[in-house]
Amino acid sequence: MTRHIHLDAVGFAYPSGFALTNIHLTIEQGEMVAILGPNGSGKTTLLKLMLGLLPPRQGQVYFEGGALGGVSRRELARAMAMVPQEMPLSYGLTVWEVVLLGRTPYLRRFRGSTSEDREAVLAAMAAADIQASASRPFNELSGGERQRVLLALALAQKPRLLLLDEPTRHLDLSHQLRTLSLIRRLNVEHGLTVISSIHDLNLCSLYFDRLILLSSGQIVADGPPDKVIQPDLLREVFGIAVLVEPHPTRDTPWVTILPEKE
Amino acid sequence: MSVHLAPRTYLVLSLVLLLSLLVGVLQGAVSLGPETVGKILLHRAGIPIGPITWQPADETILLQLRLPRVLGGALVGAALATAGVLFQGLLRNPLADPYIIGTSAGAGFAATVAMLLLPPASILGFGSVALSAFLGGLVAVVVVYRLARVRGRTSVVTLLLAGVVVNTVLGYLSSLTIIFFEGSEFQLRRVFTWLMGGIAVNDPRQLFVVGPVILGGIAVACGFTASLNALAIGEEGAVAVGVDLDREAARIVALGALLTGAAVSVSGLIGFLGLAVPHILRLAIGPDHRRLLPASALAGAALLVLADAAARSLVAPAELPVGIFTALLGGPLFLFLLRRNGQQPGWQ
Repeated sequence: MTRHIHLDAVGFAYPSGFALTNIHLTIEQGEMVAILGPNGSGKTTLLKLMLGLLPPRQGQVYFEGGALGGVSRRELARAMAMVPQEMPLSYGLTVWEVVLLGRTPYLRRFRGSTSEDREAVLAAMAAADIQASASRPFNELSGGERQRVLLALALAQKPRLLLLDEPTRHLDLSHQLRTLSLIRRLNVEHGLTVISSIHDLNLCSLYFDRLILLSSGQIVADGPPDKVIQPDLLREVFGIAVLVEPHPTRDTPWVTILPEKE
Repeated sequence: MSVHLAPRTYLVLSLVLLLSLLVGVLQGAVSLGPETVGKILLHRAGIPIGPITWQPADETILLQLRLPRVLGGALVGAALATAGVLFQGLLRNPLADPYIIGTSAGAGFAATVAMLLLPPASILGFGSVALSAFLGGLVAVVVVYRLARVRGRTSVVTLLLAGVVVNTVLGYLSSLTIIFFEGSEFQLRRVFTWLMGGIAVNDPRQLFVVGPVILGGIAVACGFTASLNALAIGEEGAVAVGVDLDREAARIVALGALLTGAAVSVSGLIGFLGLAVPHILRLAIGPDHRRLLPASALAGAALLVLADAAARSLVAPAELPVGIFTALLGGPLFLFLLRRNGQQPGWQ
């Protein structure tokens, strides 16, 4: 096992005041990691720091052994991809055209896309179960379909590390499970390292090996699901009362939410 | 589905451009017959075509006036349309045109000062007005670009707004200059005409400078089409798929400014073309910049040559500002396509 991505005393602050402070984090190759935390706890910021979209104010992010800032964007985009929550399109593009943008880091100046690019796009669309919509305009898709297009775009980059920002947010239950199973399969079969923010405490216990719990810009818990999914911890961070039991058929914790007393 | 090479599109547009060039050469205050034009050109190329049957004046008109003007128009049209594609793609704004980040007012202010205050000079056929306009446009873009860089990063929105502010401020400075140094009526008319735009290749040597700059600029611009495509998914999206945005943005701005500056130096400020041609082509052939950029260059060249032919033929021997005809030819076409396509390739 080798370090895939490593954050060393990373700090970041927005002008508005919100900050991530003193983040130490090492994620090994082939791990499947979920980032949990309330709204505004810094999940998206943490993902953007890992991708280099935001420069750390303090500390350093290392990717595959080297400082993130020392690698070209093009090289990074071939190794690391991100599925954002939403993607604003400036003008109308079809699904095919959007997914093809995932091949940007492989294009050479003054050259068109190759048959290899087209194959990668087709494979990515098939994996994300969106190939039937290839010629439809992206802006006419439902939220769930768009999310799957964005996943296909990221997969077309053929990354070794996949970052996802709440990938199940717009999906119906069936597609939530399908998406997470697909990511899990890519993780198991191809050794893809996965780091995903997610809100659903039960889904993350079912599909992820390691959970990182963020609160107010700091890591408050990091470990396997049964270590992190603890009633006291969840009450403290989310302010909710929960009952944690073993999953009826799996070896994972299962969270039942207890409504507040009237 | 996008196919990178669309030979038919290029073929059609190249034919349209060739026809426009032909119309441009034949039309004018003195109309030349196609036969005469063909003979003069073959004769000049050293191909024996028998006895000289044309007036010496025709040869002078063709070689010294008509041809430089038509080729100048094609170059300017291609440059403005390409710069329009570059700025619309980079700024992700449908209202972006070649002048949007300071060029128009920078060039306009410098040209106004030159016309009212500077003595006429000439370098390689370029007068002091042309040179001032070129430099003024570039300086304004550099200023706007510097203003838009905050903490080592370039924000597209700031670039756009800084451009609008610099354009406005310099525009009023031009007005102030005109009021302070009130020139002769002739000078004022000259300023006004220049600001309206018109192809003015006073010396064929100008083409040997502007031509390589514009054609080279368009060729280099074709290397940025993948980055422009990626910008459709936003700045962060483009960075995530491997675009080094700060570097690419700087180069695209420089390239757009150079193309616009070269065009302005021989044409003044021709409006509308650089805005409308990329839109027209986007509606006709789709938003893929790998096709959009070269196709817009061809279409821009053809449109301006035709508009210029109209501008100097309709009220000959007088001339109308060519901007009137780029708007009259391009406007209805633009609106027709816009309505036919409805919301389809709409900007967000």
